[in-house]
Amino acid sequence: MSAPTDTTPATPGTRADSRAPQPRPGPALRLWRRVPDSPLSFLLPFLLVYALFLFWPLLSGLWMSFTDTALNGAGGTFVGPDNYTEALGDPLVWKTLGNTVLFTVVTTVPLVVVALAMAVLVHTGMPGQWLWRLSFFMPFLLPVATVALVWQFLYVDDFGLFNQVLRAFGMEGLGWLNDDGVALWSVALTTVWWTVGFNFLLYLAALQSIPDHLYEAAALDGAGAWARLWYVTVPQLRGITVVVVLLQVLASMKVFDQIYLMTGGGPGDSSRSLLLYIYDVGFTGYRFGFGAAVSYLFLAIVLVVAAVQLWITTRRKA
Amino acid sequence: MSTDTLTIRPDRPGRTGRSARSARRAELAREHARRRDLVLGGGRGPRIAALTALVVLTVLWLTPMLWGLATSFKAESDAISLPLTLFPESGFTLEQYSSLFAASNVQMWMFNSLLIAALVTVFTLAVAAPAAFAMSRMAFRGRAALMIVTVAAIVVPPQLLIVPLFQQMVSLNLVDTYPAVILPQLVAPIIVFILKRFFDAVPKELDEAARMDGASYWKLFTSVILPLSRPILAAAAIFVFISAWNNYLWPFIVTTDPALMTLPVGIPNILDSYGTFYASQLAASMIAAAPMIIVFMLFQRQIVSSVATTGITGQ
Repeated sequence: MSAPTDTTPATPGTRADSRAPQPRPGPALRLWRRVPDSPLSFLLPFLLVYALFLFWPLLSGLWMSFTDTALNGAGGTFVGPDNYTEALGDPLVWKTLGNTVLFTVVTTVPLVVVALAMAVLVHTGMPGQWLWRLSFFMPFLLPVATVALVWQFLYVDDFGLFNQVLRAFGMEGLGWLNDDGVALWSVALTTVWWTVGFNFLLYLAALQSIPDHLYEAAALDGAGAWARLWYVTVPQLRGITVVVVLLQVLASMKVFDQIYLMTGGGPGDSSRSLLLYIYDVGFTGYRFGFGAAVSYLFLAIVLVVAAVQLWITTRRKA
Repeated sequence: MSTDTLTIRPDRPGRTGRSARSARRAELAREHARRRDLVLGGGRGPRIAALTALVVLTVLWLTPMLWGLATSFKAESDAISLPLTLFPESGFTLEQYSSLFAASNVQMWMFNSLLIAALVTVFTLAVAAPAAFAMSRMAFRGRAALMIVTVAAIVVPPQLLIVPLFQQMVSLNLVDTYPAVILPQLVAPIIVFILKRFFDAVPKELDEAARMDGASYWKLFTSVILPLSRPILAAAAIFVFISAWNNYLWPFIVTTDPALMTLPVGIPNILDSYGTFYASQLAASMIAAAPMIIVFMLFQRQIVSSVATTGITGQ
């Protein structure tokens, strides 16, 4: 793709000369003459794509939430706030919201703490850097279908690896995905394994920017490894920890794929998240209008959480 | 091919020979040894503790995937036999893989995944880069408002749009087509934001000089800004490609025709029709994972910097 002439507007990596452009008009320049040199010509593809596939669905979803639209497009009669009042009185909305909050809490804590531990350990520069990074980060790159299948196999009751290990230690096996008190926690465990690598890399990048002289000063004061960890490393990570927590809470709230594939929300509704409920209502219950209303309630919650987090971070800096 | 050309530092020479690479490796080893002394001090205890913890965590993190991988090379009867053994009674076999390739749509889904992820990557950058350039370099009315809207759009969970998006695709008659899978994935405000931030950091003197010579904005964009932004474009491309490859919900909803499915969508599908054949399921999931593992091996450093940049600026 590194043609010497600049024929396409956005080819990354065109090996063009980075000095001042040549005055002699080549064929490329002639092409540019036909494209107006205005902001609009730069923004047009962006405006089109975002108008069609972000703002139009946002607006039509908002309209839909005030109608009784069904999957086939039938209905579409204006019903006012009926969908919203129904949603607020729907025990399943509250149940799945509760599941979502619980999932967010039980994933965010280990996803921050374990990622931090991994990054601090790798940052010590112990030999085997490539292996550590590969094993901690690799799961993050796996498609959700792979993650779900591998873990479902580990969670199988009789010949699953986990129950076999538990029984080998004389304990009782768990109904990892079949017990309604356990299923959500099992999906959370899988999620921690799957996505911890992202936070690990964020922490690692932050660790690498800690200036050496802080460690040198600590060494002069006779600080050992633990003291260096507590008084040099950890305090330097406060800023990035805020970022990691913010990103993680927003990501955990949106959980859908792994629950859908591993438990389908069950047993009962014990592992159903709010997004999964929205999907169920819309695509298996064929009630688009109601689904859209629940979606907008969820969007409101997400925006409130994001706003609170933004307020906390800006206040911290002030 | 040298992967060094894609690092975040643009001043690195393009080609690195074998000797230069081994020199770099030695330099890296010295750097790690120096960091060991700085972080852990000279004593032996902390080193042994750190290494032990690393080994334990690594074993825990590798086990699920390796267990799945080993099982995918077993006969079905060995996969579910008790007591569990890593080495199957009848030996390892390739039969799960060969029957998958012979009897299912795996090759087709692999092709679809590659095509869709590649097109999403190219088009996302083609849409985002000029827009980010305009927001960074050109004066127009509503620029501030456009920036605010872009940043706000980052927070909107794409999963919330599936119901109206699906209806939109139904009314456009696009369900079960490539455009339906690809187009909504081009909305990536985070990429616009990251590119704009990077373009902002390119010194304005460069484009003023070019503008003095009578260069158009397009010329400035393609011959000054884009070449200087190669590292960030590579990081963004990797990020978009991985997300598109692994995207599950939208392709799952908008495709019902097996001929148009991507790997992540198709694979749980065959499993339903096969019943619960664990070894075969696991072989299919290893096939879906393999391209990402290869991408990681090839672009490890780029991926690391890609996550660091996209994640940290993700605020």
